[in-house]
Amino acid sequence: MSTVQHLDYDALNSLKDVMEGEFGFLIDTFIRDSTDRLDKLYVLIGTDNVDAIRRAAHSFKGSCSNLGALHLADLCAALENNARENNLTTVGEDLADIESEFLIVRQRMLAYLG
Amino acid sequence: MNDLRSLKILVADDTDADRLILETIVRKEGHHVFSAKNGLEAVEIFKQQRPDIVLLDALMPELDGFDAARQIKELAGDELVPIIFLTSLQDTESLVHCLDAGGDDFLSKPYNRVILKAKIKSFNRMRGLHSTMLTQRDLLAQHHQRLLQEQTVAKQVFDNVAHSGCLNASNVRFFLSSLAVFNGDVVVAAIRPNGNMMVLLGDFTGHGLPAAIGAMPLASTFYGMVHKGFSMSDVLREINKKLKAILPIGLFCCATMIDFNFRRKRIKVWNGGLPAGVIYRDSDHTVIPLRSTHLPLGVLQDKSFKDDVQVYDLQRHDRIFMWSDGIHEARNSDGEMFGEERLFELFEENESSQSAFDEILLGVKNFIGSGEQDDDLSMIEIIMESPENVSHPAYNYSQQNQSLPVEWEMRFEVTPTSFKSFDPLPFLLNVLTEEPDLRGFSGSLFTILSELYSNALEHGVLGLSGDLKKSPEGFSEYYLRREQLLNEITTGFVHIYFTYSANIDGGTLTLRVEDSGPGFDFLSRQGKEISTTGYSGRGIGIVEKLCQTVRYYGSGNKVEVVFAWINDD
Repeated sequence: MSTVQHLDYDALNSLKDVMEGEFGFLIDTFIRDSTDRLDKLYVLIGTDNVDAIRRAAHSFKGSCSNLGALHLADLCAALENNARENNLTTVGEDLADIESEFLIVRQRMLAYLG
Repeated sequence: MNDLRSLKILVADDTDADRLILETIVRKEGHHVFSAKNGLEAVEIFKQQRPDIVLLDALMPELDGFDAARQIKELAGDELVPIIFLTSLQDTESLVHCLDAGGDDFLSKPYNRVILKAKIKSFNRMRGLHSTMLTQRDLLAQHHQRLLQEQTVAKQVFDNVAHSGCLNASNVRFFLSSLAVFNGDVVVAAIRPNGNMMVLLGDFTGHGLPAAIGAMPLASTFYGMVHKGFSMSDVLREINKKLKAILPIGLFCCATMIDFNFRRKRIKVWNGGLPAGVIYRDSDHTVIPLRSTHLPLGVLQDKSFKDDVQVYDLQRHDRIFMWSDGIHEARNSDGEMFGEERLFELFEENESSQSAFDEILLGVKNFIGSGEQDDDLSMIEIIMESPENVSHPAYNYSQQNQSLPVEWEMRFEVTPTSFKSFDPLPFLLNVLTEEPDLRGFSGSLFTILSELYSNALEHGVLGLSGDLKKSPEGFSEYYLRREQLLNEITTGFVHIYFTYSANIDGGTLTLRVEDSGPGFDFLSRQGKEISTTGYSGRGIGIVEKLCQTVRYYGSGNKVEVVFAWINDD
């Protein structure tokens, strides 16, 4: 099993260059966004609204990739694919995986901020 | 314009973090950013701020990126507002969906600052090109509009110059596009004082104004000369000379000109470069082509120009057809041309000559079918009628019933004070060529007049001997003495008499010249061969050739010549 890359630090470094003083605010925004998205996804998987699940997972994925959260983006993509294929049997596990990965990412991001 | 100035850029994304990144990147590139959290906001901000470029997330609440893109493109109208979709969509279908909605490009997540910068630059350049294109399109439309206006004015001027002549006479039918003059086609027709009708169909090379420009001098020359009774060869020669002088090389006028003598049922035809027109015989339905035997008008110098015509005797109700190459070059949907063969076949199939004109038009129209209508067919039909059946306001048959001959006399005297300074010849020639019948003979008349006048002045009044001119030295001696004597002379005269008599078939002009000199022994000269060599003695020989009779009277100081012509117009 290959080692999981939770954060792409090159991406974070270049984001930091671009954002300068705003970088901390960006990280805060991402964490807040993502928390909202997780809450929203938990609500959605109870509704069987596959399309809404797919779209939410898709948006989450894009946001994660922007912030260098590569593994989290992959997990979102997995959920998105299952939703697209109408496969709802594993969405609970998918979402649990996403949540635990998000906790790791959040912790490491805050650590990166220092 | 190619410099990346500060642009107004709209960023629409519902994910705060993503939007924050984009805003920051775009702002750092020096642009002004407007932000929207969903599609509705994006459209609203677009209306208010009119951004130059729109960055649009595909999936957004309220109104998604696809619908927002459609609305923004519609609001933008002609203007190019590039829309770049922000997407982590990967599948082909979704990407195509973005483009279908009016997207111009994608930017995939994670965002790359360098790529975004390059895209903004490239789309700004495209906006520049687009706006140049729009400006030029508007300019082109403006130019086109102006061209149409100019053509309308030019058409009015042309119509005033060319008017319709006698094309509305009862025995004429024609088909012409309303803007035919800009296709290079021109048709003019007029009645001569003797009752003949002259028709000219011309086709200038080229199209548009250059082709139309030559039609003006052609028409004004034609009408000016035909109404004054000039012969067909004079009219053709003059038009050729004018066109040669004014048209650039490569621009000329293929033309057929026909002179219709309704009294004699005879036509004279000159065709320079046009497709053969035809005589369609009413009696046996035979078709006689009137083929081109000359170069077009405006090609040759006057001295090389050939004005010889072909003469045909017709019967009443024979029809003449003339056309430009529009019929021959009409194309069907396969690009095939109508051609002369099909045209002649239409005559073979024709049952009643009255309907030939319509059958030809219909035949060409059917042939073209759904092919492109060029609309530059020009065709004329003229029926050989009896003069009393030719009905046109400018044509008064009773006036043409010229059973009464025209006769007049004139006496003209040149006195000593005028011998040196006054040349009566141009004046007299002007008077003579006021007679339509004499116009075609102005060259001959000038030769006769000048020979008789100079003989009367130099040998008669001044008493110079023609013998002097037999040697080169004597020749210049002669002119020195002539100059001297003209300065000294105080007595003497030259009288010139004209007697003109003409009817519809021809006539005579009698010229009598009398001088104050002693005369000469004309009896000894009579019957002798004319000397045609040497420096003198040629002049009177030419007069004798040109005139019916040359007789001397009195002491030889009076000469009378009779110039006669037969009117075969």
